[in-house]
Amino acid sequence: MITPIATRAERTYPLGLRPRGLLPNFYDIVVFFLIAGVFIALAHGAREMQAPLASLDVAPVTLDPMNLPGYALLTTLRMFAAILASLAFTFVVATLAAKSRKAELVIIPALDILQSVPVLGFLTFTVVFFMRLFPASELGAECAAIFAIFTAQAWNMAFSFYQSLRTVPSDLDEVSRHFQLSPWLRFWRLEVPFAAPGLIWNTMMSMSGGWFFVVASEAVSVGNTTFKLPGIGSWLALAIEQKNIGAVALAVATMAAVILAYDQLLFRPIVAWADKFRFEQTAALQRPQSWVYDIVRRARLFKRVFALISGFGARLATIGPRRSGLRLPAMSSQWAKATDILWMVLVLAGAADAVWRMFSYLHATLGLADVVTAFGLGLITLVRVVVLIAIASVIWVPISVWIGLRPWAAEKVQPFAQFLAAFPANVLFPIAVVGIVSWHLNPNIWLSPLMVLGTQWYIVFNVIAGASAFPTDLREASTLYRLRSWQWWRDVMLPGVFPYYVTGALTASGGSWNASIVAEVASWGDTRLSATGLGAYIAEATEKGDYPRVVLGIAVMSIFVVAFNRLLWRPLYRLAERRFRLN
Amino acid sequence: MDTVVSLESRTPSTTALVQVDHLRHLYNEGDHLVLDDVSLTLKDNEIVALLGRSGCGKSTLLRIIAGLMRPSSGTVTIDGDLVSGPASQVAMVFQSFALFPWLTVLENAEIGLEAQGVDPDLRKKRALAAIDLIGLDGYESAYPKELSGGMRQRVGLARALVVHPRVLLMDEPFSALDVLTAETLRTDLLDLWCEGRMPISSILMVTHNIEEAVVMCDRILVFSSNPGRIVSEIKVELPQPRSRLDPKFRQLVDDIYALMTARPGDKRAREGIFPGTGIAMVLPRISPNILAGLMETIAAEPYSGKADLPALAGSLQMEIDDLFPAADTLQLLRFAEVAEGDIRLTDTGKRFVQADVDGRKKLFAQHFFTYVPLAAHIKHVLDDRSSHRAPASRFRDELEDHMSEEAAEQTLRAIISWARYGEAFAYDEDSGVLSLDNPT
Repeated sequence: MITPIATRAERTYPLGLRPRGLLPNFYDIVVFFLIAGVFIALAHGAREMQAPLASLDVAPVTLDPMNLPGYALLTTLRMFAAILASLAFTFVVATLAAKSRKAELVIIPALDILQSVPVLGFLTFTVVFFMRLFPASELGAECAAIFAIFTAQAWNMAFSFYQSLRTVPSDLDEVSRHFQLSPWLRFWRLEVPFAAPGLIWNTMMSMSGGWFFVVASEAVSVGNTTFKLPGIGSWLALAIEQKNIGAVALAVATMAAVILAYDQLLFRPIVAWADKFRFEQTAALQRPQSWVYDIVRRARLFKRVFALISGFGARLATIGPRRSGLRLPAMSSQWAKATDILWMVLVLAGAADAVWRMFSYLHATLGLADVVTAFGLGLITLVRVVVLIAIASVIWVPISVWIGLRPWAAEKVQPFAQFLAAFPANVLFPIAVVGIVSWHLNPNIWLSPLMVLGTQWYIVFNVIAGASAFPTDLREASTLYRLRSWQWWRDVMLPGVFPYYVTGALTASGGSWNASIVAEVASWGDTRLSATGLGAYIAEATEKGDYPRVVLGIAVMSIFVVAFNRLLWRPLYRLAERRFRLN
Repeated sequence: MDTVVSLESRTPSTTALVQVDHLRHLYNEGDHLVLDDVSLTLKDNEIVALLGRSGCGKSTLLRIIAGLMRPSSGTVTIDGDLVSGPASQVAMVFQSFALFPWLTVLENAEIGLEAQGVDPDLRKKRALAAIDLIGLDGYESAYPKELSGGMRQRVGLARALVVHPRVLLMDEPFSALDVLTAETLRTDLLDLWCEGRMPISSILMVTHNIEEAVVMCDRILVFSSNPGRIVSEIKVELPQPRSRLDPKFRQLVDDIYALMTARPGDKRAREGIFPGTGIAMVLPRISPNILAGLMETIAAEPYSGKADLPALAGSLQMEIDDLFPAADTLQLLRFAEVAEGDIRLTDTGKRFVQADVDGRKKLFAQHFFTYVPLAAHIKHVLDDRSSHRAPASRFRDELEDHMSEEAAEQTLRAIISWARYGEAFAYDEDSGVLSLDNPT
């Protein structure tokens, strides 16, 4: 069972990193303010509707093991609802960005920033928004939870799809223009299949990240609004409240079973099936395997069902306008230029308006001192992230290289590492908190490892993949010339796995920032542990319903993440692309 | 739309099927002229080749005829209809095959009909007929990645024939195949054509392979580069099937070589080898090792300093796309003269061959600075600066004022590679800086 690790073709550049810059930073700043403006508007709306929400009339969550399978199912359903929403979002928004220059100008920097924003912060506003949308019904809370997961998944999927659309091979593009495929047919016959491997890979990554948020978003309290949706997350929250360690263990076991089932029953078959969409001209020696896919392919009943579905798919592809007709440039270049300028002016005006709103909103309640405090706390969290990623790297890179160079070990460890990356680490937090409480440890230090608990695995499986892919002839050469151990690491192995390490480490660091919001504050029953940091600042402001501070905290954290990506990961990634890419 | 032609009618008719009038095309609407006043007529029942070196605009012309690109000025009419978008009377075969890897052979062949909204049953019937015709029986459910190159190009042909085009456009259809496969496919295609079994009226093909053009075509339109224009039209009146060993065939091939290396008017003789003039000359990326190897071959027996290009191409197994740029580079550096299908080493060229490694490098550097304007320019800039260093991007920007980004990159890479060989100046990859330091 070889786990499919993204090849170069399907590994779309994370965080919008490309060998050459994406767009001038100017747009990032403009769009950053636009996004912040939307936040402010939401927060403002939430404040207007400060009246207590009607308490939800749903069956309360209980710690009855009989209920657990049902809860697990509900949690999984939420995941899939969110992933479907993300796919729909991807198809619409990424296509728009790829086809319209004006849309691209705003959408791409927006995606870039949104995937750096701590999505847990969104919960604050969206909960209130959705509860108001569907008053006194469970639907509002459900929507809020699903939306929270959506915000954790959608951006990198859209990015991947957009990048695929922009890199459709030029000869296939010519063929589809030449045979006059309608835009609809072109989308299903050319663009979606070409984008499929990258999109599926990113969807898998999104799902992995999503479990973390589904657990965090089922039991939420914002100000005086509290809800617990039936699910594993609420079970866990209740177990923490009641100090029931057995229930926590049950949640961990259930979560493991769920992730294993979804991997075996859903994703592996899809990856095995999607192998045919890989854009390569020679058949690969090693194809992704899935026993479920093999059964499905062989079973006659399934064959019928599949034929039906694919027949429907074929019909779907041919509906719509038959011919694209003769397409001529619709606009003269002068007119296009004029509308471009008009569009830019509109975007800039929107950003200016957002800046003004932000200023006036925050100025009314917060002073400069608050901003300084937030930045100070941000620095503390930054130190945590840097130190933890460094420690995780020092520990895991040698181990992963060792594993990756031994195929038998890699084959066994790789699926396990991916499983751990998907496992929501917050399910394990209570166990850590029990330890800290009983041994009277300093939460400022000992809560920190929780931030990388779930994210370090990205480093592990990427480096394993890199070491596995390391060319045999280079290894043989270094053995022949008897490179000594330090020289071997410095000149052979570290440069060899560097591109993979950078990909893994930047995913890990992004995830750690996000995790800080739940990891810097933890509780066990009525014991509350809190570490000093920006994550705790946001978490506490959320709990108090202090919207201005939530906005400030999120904005500052976004600035930190974006700056961190731009100043550290992006240059490293380019260096890796330019210097250390083998073949 | 049934245009299957009967056996007797395989002689070119007089009616114009494709008419191209005074086509001009500028690269990116800029000032680089790709096609200059190209006019041609394609009649029923003929195979015509557009023959030229790479980058002479012949593929661009094919795409303009297919309606995939719009010319800067001039018109294309097919069957009397003005082409203003993808033309439905033509079907194209691509050099890279351009098959959808996720569709089976049958699905790939059906794609054109699917786009036309043809009923699935009829679609399948016509696709199967084309697959049958082209010799792909039994491969209907295979995916392209399972097929060899020759089989893939057959799928490309089937896909084009399925839509029953009037004209088949082929863009270097055999150049991605190995010699043997290419020859088999050519022969099969010619057989189908001569027997009138393909539902097409004419074939227009782009090639840089002189022999291929002579084997297959009724007429050859020879293109010159920079800008692309038709310099000559050659009628091939040898009967099919043609033998490559036929002395008349050989003579024709020799004549075309001479035509393609002729330098009309001495003034353009050297300036016009590569696109652009002065420092804005687009240079090919030819390794100094190829240059040295070529000179050694020409100097040695049986050539003794002067070689016939077709013979040289044959013995070195080089296509003209590899051989001509190398020969032109030698000409630019004054190590050789190319004319009338021959290449002759100059005196310095002979001295180069006899020199030892250091002597060669010295001689190379000397000619490099004297005859490559960009090299002289870079040296001048480096000499002027007190640090004797300058970022490569400075020159790249300068080049991009005159040529495309890729051409600028290619030219700079060529200059750096030659400079390194001649130890003329150094380039540090990490910092992207050119300098006069000698790397130690």
